[in-house]
Amino acid sequence: MAKQEQPGLLIHEIGGVDGVLEGHVELLKKHFHLITMKEFLENKKRLNEKIKSVFIHECKPVIDRELLQSLPHLKVIANSGVGVDHLDLKLIASFGIKVTNTPHAVSDSTADIGMALMLASARRLVEGCQISVSPQTEHFAADWLGDEVTGATLGIIGMGSIGYKVAKRAKAFEMKILYHNRNQRKEEEEKAVGACYCEKMEDLLQQSDFVMLVVNLTPQTFRFIGKRELELMKPSATLINISRGAVVDQDALVEALQNGTIKAAALDVTYPEPLPRDHSLLKLKNIIITPHIGTATVQATRKMTEEAVANILAVLNGLTIPSEVIPIRCFREHTYALAYLL
Amino acid sequence: MEEQELPYVLIATIGGIDGVLEDHVEFLKKHFNLITMKQFHEHKSHLSEKIKAIYMWWNKPVANQELLSSLPNLKVIATGGAGVDHLDLKLISSFGVKVANTPFAVSNATADMGMALMLASARRIVEGCQIAVSPNTEYFAADWMGDEVTGATLGIIGMGRIGYKVAQRAKAFEMKILYHNRSQRKEEEEQAVGAIYCKNIDDLLLQSDFVMLCVNLTPQTEKLIGKKELEMMKPTATLINISRGLVVDQDALVEALQNGVIKAAALDVTYPEPLPRNHPLLTLKNIIITPHVGGSTTKSCRLMMENMVESILATLNGLPIPNEVNPPK
Repeated sequence: MAKQEQPGLLIHEIGGVDGVLEGHVELLKKHFHLITMKEFLENKKRLNEKIKSVFIHECKPVIDRELLQSLPHLKVIANSGVGVDHLDLKLIASFGIKVTNTPHAVSDSTADIGMALMLASARRLVEGCQISVSPQTEHFAADWLGDEVTGATLGIIGMGSIGYKVAKRAKAFEMKILYHNRNQRKEEEEKAVGACYCEKMEDLLQQSDFVMLVVNLTPQTFRFIGKRELELMKPSATLINISRGAVVDQDALVEALQNGTIKAAALDVTYPEPLPRDHSLLKLKNIIITPHIGTATVQATRKMTEEAVANILAVLNGLTIPSEVIPIRCFREHTYALAYLL
Repeated sequence: MEEQELPYVLIATIGGIDGVLEDHVEFLKKHFNLITMKQFHEHKSHLSEKIKAIYMWWNKPVANQELLSSLPNLKVIATGGAGVDHLDLKLISSFGVKVANTPFAVSNATADMGMALMLASARRIVEGCQIAVSPNTEYFAADWMGDEVTGATLGIIGMGRIGYKVAQRAKAFEMKILYHNRSQRKEEEEQAVGAIYCKNIDDLLLQSDFVMLCVNLTPQTEKLIGKKELEMMKPTATLINISRGLVVDQDALVEALQNGVIKAAALDVTYPEPLPRNHPLLTLKNIIITPHVGGSTTKSCRLMMENMVESILATLNGLPIPNEVNPPK
């Protein structure tokens, strides 16, 4: 098929800090005529009719009213990644454009990062590595101890695909698993991982040695872990966040860590990313922060692009869409929340 | 009624870098009269006949010919941890002294550490933490990647208690599990964790994305992993060592890591510990090293201590000794 006959796919750019990965370009070009934002802006009149889809990677290109108005044939915006909190779903829906994400591609690698952070934090791995290589190290101290993960209590807040995979992994460490979710999971699903439902988040917070946040960012989950929730946690507990920075009240977290309200935190996500270099979180001894690498594996990123491509092709060909994101109207608040078609 | 004296037990020291843990002292003193090496030296004539047991923590006090000769009524040495490579078992046996270790106490914590190292290495956690806090960080690069653990192939060398627990954990990550051991495990045990036996260690080395060493240190396993073994591993593979430093030929490992013969290594153990500060392993970018903390959790240390107390009491009361280490034939 000649390049011009392929449906147009708008992307931010190729390579660089936040562009589409060079290694994925061939896959995209198999199905689409790739158009970068630069090319589009230079040639709007000629290209705007060709663009049927947008591929969002690392939250770019930014989707605003102006862009949507300039793309009359746009059918679908395909996000690489599962979180779509950076998209104005209401606005996009008003143009009759579909939004898709990639829940399947991300779940294993993100669950793995949750486990990696819990283990690294509990066993003081980063600190240990520093001791091993430090020029000052003359001996290894016998009274330098970490916390046991095996047999401890893990409280999972948000038991979607990723949360459930975390539970499966934690079960193998003989952890006691509590979970809080909008809805209770089916009995067989709970039994398979030995998870106990906590209808009240407070119950989970009070009993857990490790609290792991695996929710979407929505108006309901925005800063839902704040001063009160941190104070409900055990002083010996660790907070792990692999969802979105904004689900945690960062100022409250700084205070809680400084005062020993909780023992430690391990964050793959913050708000913003990266944090300003003078942020208090960066100075604390009882925290580890990773640069949002939940899906940063060769395999996961590849799968994300493949899943996005499959979503786009389904939309353009009028087939069942594997992972459509549907905005839902909430009667009381007139706000929109997310729902996945699992 | 005359109060019976608590048995006299020799320890290295209390607290400090390698002493008995301060938190454990109360429990120990409930059962024993603790004598430190300092006290022993100062009052040898009075104490040497009273000491019935040695409570060995972090391999101290050292049970050499001199010490053993000066303790005529010594019945048992209880050592913390699973390894006994630091003990001259033949020598100790020649004095009629029994040895007990704590193989169970550390197995969960050590298996956890193996998984922690594998995940930290694969996902570049230590490097990531440095980027997150570095004053020079302005943005997070999109093309910065690690390797997926889920679905990868893990080769476990040494499928004892700890190796098997590693397999149980790795199974939940949907890893393909190969193992090499002196003897094959029972079929039900293999099936429970989905592990495939590799009678020939080469088969395991050729196929694994992660190779984890979970063996004891014995004359047979010393330098088990050398140049030849490293060259058999995939160039994309990672070596993880939670056993003993001497199981690996460290010079061969340095070379393999420098030349990209293997991708990376993650070591909780080296030889010696700590490494000399100018050792090449400390300068490599593709290695993470932790300071022998495989068993170092509050819970496991407590359990170790309780196991050791139990072994000493059983010996002194003429009962079967839990966790007795058989003398070499």
